[in-house]
Amino acid sequence: MANNILIVAEGRDGTLRKVSYELVTVANEMAKGLGGAVEAVTLGSDIGKCAESLAKTGVSKVYQVDDAAMATFAPEIFTAALSEVIKKAQPAVILLGATGFGKELGASVGARLDLGLITDCTSFAVDGGTLVMKRPVYAGKAVATVKPKSLPVMVSIRPNIFAPAAEGSAGAPIEKVNFTAPTPRAKVVEKVKKEAVSVDLAEAKFVVSGGRGARSAEGFEPIKQLAKTLGAAVGASRAAVDAGWIDYSTQVGQTGKTVAPQLYIALGISGAIQHLAGMSSSKVIVAVNKDPDAPIFKVADYGIVGDLFDVVPVLNEEFKKVLSEK
Amino acid sequence: MNVVVLIKRVPDTETRIQIKDGQVVTEGISWIISPYDEYGVEEALRLIEKYTGKVTLLCLGPDDAKETIRKGLALGADEAVHLNDPAFAGGDASTTAKVHAAALKKKQFDLVLAGKQAVDEDNAQVGVRVAELLDLPHVNSVIKLDLSDDKKSAKCLREVDGDRDLAETALPAIITTQQGLNEPRYPSLKGIMGAKKKPIVDWKAADLGLDPATLGAKGAKLEVINIEPPAARPPGKIIPGDAATAAKELVHLLHEEAKVI
Ligand SMILES: Cc1cc2nc3c(=O)[nH]c(=O)nc-3n(C[C@H](O)[C@H](O)[C@H](O)COP(=O)(O)OP(=O)(O)OC[C@H]3O[C@@H](n4cnc5c(N)ncnc54)[C@H](O)[C@@H]3O)c2cc1C
Ligand SMILES: Nc1ncnc2c1ncn2[C@@H]1O[C@H](COP(=O)(O)O)[C@@H](O)[C@H]1O
Repeated sequence: MANNILIVAEGRDGTLRKVSYELVTVANEMAKGLGGAVEAVTLGSDIGKCAESLAKTGVSKVYQVDDAAMATFAPEIFTAALSEVIKKAQPAVILLGATGFGKELGASVGARLDLGLITDCTSFAVDGGTLVMKRPVYAGKAVATVKPKSLPVMVSIRPNIFAPAAEGSAGAPIEKVNFTAPTPRAKVVEKVKKEAVSVDLAEAKFVVSGGRGARSAEGFEPIKQLAKTLGAAVGASRAAVDAGWIDYSTQVGQTGKTVAPQLYIALGISGAIQHLAGMSSSKVIVAVNKDPDAPIFKVADYGIVGDLFDVVPVLNEEFKKVLSEK
Repeated sequence: MNVVVLIKRVPDTETRIQIKDGQVVTEGISWIISPYDEYGVEEALRLIEKYTGKVTLLCLGPDDAKETIRKGLALGADEAVHLNDPAFAGGDASTTAKVHAAALKKKQFDLVLAGKQAVDEDNAQVGVRVAELLDLPHVNSVIKLDLSDDKKSAKCLREVDGDRDLAETALPAIITTQQGLNEPRYPSLKGIMGAKKKPIVDWKAADLGLDPATLGAKGAKLEVINIEPPAARPPGKIIPGDAATAAKELVHLLHEEAKVI
């Protein structure tokens, strides 16, 4: 059996999410060691555009499961659809994004097809034909090396770690896969609007976070301004969330989101171990804190000892200048 | 109504993970119920307070996990099943889910609550896998849960990838919990005293009709070959000067030196 790799692409509002292109990069690299073709699948309703984009990334084939029943998320339908494609494509490795969508679908399909799933991997190697994955555990306080005892295996890859593959011009063949959607017992019935979060934390290139040092909901305003300038996601410590200054979906840390952006700016955050767990694998960390002994400085690449309310407005103006020069 | 909550014993989030010979040193660790599972226990207790019924805890772990189970009983759960067999040890999400599914088959329930993920291995799999193995519907990452009057279905607000969705599910179902669902209570002294008398039954592979060869390290599909500390970060620099000077210099460094901007 050829060691093919199947990428499970992920769409949002009719276009592919960036992580899908990152999976192509991972798959190409893996395929060098495993020796097999890279194929991809896209699942949803009215996703012709996604399939076409995917076909231009250099994969050898795209499976398109397009069904009106997949217009909103229903675990049973998506599980059935992906299981169907896996049975057809017979891949050795199934790659998903370690997003909420990818983690959930990986687990349900893993159970249905009795496959192992290695969640949230950040690096890999092919060692003598065997896939060896690394993944952070304890929210990044340690790193585990995990390998499947046999193939096929499912793997989810953390977003933002690998460079996204570019879209070329040549298109791979697209095969439409028919399947009969089951009547789901659980399904999403409505998208709920909330305070517009422009950038999703887990996928953000830049994150600007505030902590207890922000002092109030109003205190978060300059922090949000700075995030806006940078096109960054807004994050927070649990202390800020518990105080009710900002929505809990912004919490970064062991019991919040784990983030690994290019740049993480921690403002008025002391750097408790649970917070560090969620952000210490960021590429560059900046900390602004009044207290020179704050533990956050131990992980920061650049630190400013000072009052965030003095520093942040200047940062905002300076970033604007630099960004406008580009 | 009967609600079952899956609770995992994990190291306290304060713990600095020590590693020796490629494994986590477990001596000296203080153990807690995984924080997401605490939301599950709290939600179950609130449902029972509203509708009456029983909360059962299910925990797979070694003998020492009894202490963690007692903590859950102290919060107000009625009874617990300890999935306790050396054959279960060293498993992965797939084997752990198989054991839980087999245990749930022996129970009557309207709802099962599990954490979105356990904060040790951060697998985010077991709840969803159990649902699939039992052919039950599931809703993942729920921050608000409302049962219908006839308790045959539930409306759930879920938060996934920065989006919020309203989902509906028939019951029985498995629901996994996300931060925001509720504020877990602290145990009362009376609760702690009372927990000592509450029943905890032990189930082994044989009680569940499972073949030990398919479980634990033997049955696992994955093998953890090493655990290591994360790569150390190079020492950083503190940028001197008053706020304005330092801020300007910082932006300059991020642009010219770190090249992230
Ligand atoms: C089970 C459990 C799970 C947890 N999970 C998480 C988690 O996921 N994420 C998380 O973040 N925490 C988590 N915590 C909480 C964690 O232990 C800390 O309490 C929390 O991170 C502290 O937040 P903070 O740094 O904002 O507040 P503090 O620790 O109070 O720090 C505030 C900092 O701001 C500085 N400061 C004050 N004013 C200013 C100013 N004007 N300018 C600049 N600096 C200023 C101070 O010097 C101080 O260092 C968890 C705790 C537990 C028990
Ligand atoms: N050993 C276990 N005992 C009880 N519940 C567990 C166990 N492992 C996982 N779970 C449940 O499944 C959820 C997800 O765990 P995981 O897939 O390990 O991240 C946890 O939050 C628990 O509710």
